[in-house]
Amino acid sequence: MAAVKETIEHVKEIDVDKYKYGFSTDIEMVKAPKGLNEDIVRFISEKKGEPEWMLEWRLDAFERWKTMSEPDWAKVSYKKPDFQDLYYYAAPKSTEGPKSLDEVDPELLETYAKLGIPLKEQEVLAGVEGARVAVDAVFDSVSVVTTFKKELAEAGVIFCSISEALKEHPELVKKYLGTVVPKSDNFYATLNSAVFSDGSFVYIPPGVRCPMELSTYFRINEMNTGQFERTLVIADKGSYVSYLEGCTAPMRDENQLHAAVVELVALEDAEIKYSTVQNWYPGNKEGKGGVYNFVTKRGDCRGDNSKISWTQVETGSAVTWKYPSCILRGDNSQGEFYSIAISNGMQQVDSGTKMVHLGKNTSSRIISKGISAGKSSNTYRGLVSAHKKASNARNFTQCDSLLIGDQCSAHTVPYIEAKNSSATFEHEATTSKISDDQMFYAQARGLNEEEAVALIVNGFAREVIQKLPMEFMAETQKLIGISLEGSVG
Amino acid sequence: MLEIKNLHVEVEGQKILKGIDLQVPKGEVHAIMGPNGSGKSTLSYVVAGKDDYEITEGDILWNGESILEMDPDERVASGVFLAFQYPIEIPGVATMTFMRTAINAVRKARGQDELAIPDMMKLIQGKAKDLAVKPDMLKRGLNVGFSGGEKKRMEILQMALLEPGLCILDETDSGLDIDALRVVSEGVNALRGAERSMLVITHYQRLLDYIVPDKVHVMSDGRIVKTGDKELALELEASGYAEYGEDAA
Repeated sequence: MAAVKETIEHVKEIDVDKYKYGFSTDIEMVKAPKGLNEDIVRFISEKKGEPEWMLEWRLDAFERWKTMSEPDWAKVSYKKPDFQDLYYYAAPKSTEGPKSLDEVDPELLETYAKLGIPLKEQEVLAGVEGARVAVDAVFDSVSVVTTFKKELAEAGVIFCSISEALKEHPELVKKYLGTVVPKSDNFYATLNSAVFSDGSFVYIPPGVRCPMELSTYFRINEMNTGQFERTLVIADKGSYVSYLEGCTAPMRDENQLHAAVVELVALEDAEIKYSTVQNWYPGNKEGKGGVYNFVTKRGDCRGDNSKISWTQVETGSAVTWKYPSCILRGDNSQGEFYSIAISNGMQQVDSGTKMVHLGKNTSSRIISKGISAGKSSNTYRGLVSAHKKASNARNFTQCDSLLIGDQCSAHTVPYIEAKNSSATFEHEATTSKISDDQMFYAQARGLNEEEAVALIVNGFAREVIQKLPMEFMAETQKLIGISLEGSVG
Repeated sequence: MLEIKNLHVEVEGQKILKGIDLQVPKGEVHAIMGPNGSGKSTLSYVVAGKDDYEITEGDILWNGESILEMDPDERVASGVFLAFQYPIEIPGVATMTFMRTAINAVRKARGQDELAIPDMMKLIQGKAKDLAVKPDMLKRGLNVGFSGGEKKRMEILQMALLEPGLCILDETDSGLDIDALRVVSEGVNALRGAERSMLVITHYQRLLDYIVPDKVHVMSDGRIVKTGDKELALELEASGYAEYGEDAA
């Protein structure tokens, strides 16, 4: 299996303190001054040339944020960020977007290469014809390259940065922004609403099947820059889109805050598939450094017969706090959550989903695979609820935890609320360890320890890996091996 | 050639092997028989390199070199293969995937080129057919839900694919009906050759009707107490292990 081989090579290349993506790029940045106040919010909005209503929206969020306090119910502990000691805006110096790829800073292209962006996407970035994945590359807050716009435009698909959407399609942004994750939803989502830097915007018109998988790479690059991405995906009636998001971050001494908001809206008969591979710097073996990932992701199955499917592979970050959720508002709507969460070293993960059944005959499915190694802590936290009118709501939840070594922990915290007696909710949970016998057996067939662990864990998570788009599958199998490096022996 | 010299092994302070001397030259098949608890399986695990065993004295040489310091996967690369008495289940890992990974890991360790997927599939499917392993089985999770016979055939299939110089079969006959025993034995016999050593561990003489050994060793209480030719197995069948410390139950 080539993926496993590659894993082994990767593992050999790095040790825990030498994160593969621990480099930074020297591209001059334009920064807003440190700290957060009304002026900074105005500065960001002005820099981006936003309409007045957007500024008002941000300021309103900022006012609400000032009255809120950080949530502390998650099973994670960390040094709370000093919000006045962060930068809230950083952009590559050229304010005008490049007209063609020739104008893109070669160092930037080199960065993508180092990031291990799949060849296909690199080809796209290098302008090779025939490559089929559109990449809206987000480089430290501002989109610098958007490709395949033309082909997408022919299909009527809008795929651009939020900033651009605010200029080109303000009516769509205004109609949907904050309708899934209200601007005062929670501490971090509210902060994001006030200071979001950029992100992706997708609109699929009625009846259109998006002709390619949409993919965005995020990267945190500037020291002490909180990254506040805002993503909005709208699938109009009868449309379909598959969106891929993948990320890595360079090595930093100080914790970096990432508080993104992702909103998905699926109208009648529409389907959105949203896949994430997250591989941010997890900190060194003492737990120093690493990204704080406090993300609010939510999808609204607004129309009847709509479907939203989340697939996530979480291997990075020092602290993760993330619950991609589905509001099953439309009758017969479906929500899915497939997750692999790997924690190693000192990582802390508190992740799961919420399936809120509001419409009739709604169904949801949750498959969560948590893998903990090292001294890490891995918690699944999930809510499944059926409201009074949600007759015949159905949910199936399966939470499996795999422990490697004896110093890590796994927790499962399911919340189930059924206010309609016709609801059928099933919950299954297992916890297991990689046994010495399994390890010895694999080794007695010629696999070394790292290869054996990677293979066994890939088997454990297979059900979820199979749900990933092809582009992510091989990458994920590799990532699993890399993430668990040093977890045995 | 496999050479075991004065091998003493303990598990948690308890002496299991108490001075084993054994030589299996190239091209020969040796059987080890003995009552339950005599240390037969321990011997096979120690040669394959399982942890949890403390070697207090002696040495194991394979082709003239000590393998005691080698990890299990390094031993496989050098040609040692153990067919397990109880093959382990690895859920979610398709049997085909496992075999492909193993073959290429071993090829790489031996300095050979890795096989591309089409060649690999052809190789595995070809050998699988010889052992009456259905293609459907290769898609299932490794050993998950396999019958006893299926598991043992899968062990022999892996043995054939990894091209070992030393085959150790630990109670391969246990849990097999007569038809499965025949298929498995034919698979093993097909691997006999002038360049290969085999060590067949069994409690019952029955297996040796199919895999006819060059020598038979009787093990009791951590020692080899008697060595003879294949006739010795027949004698044991008639008289039982009573004189070697097992109740005639």
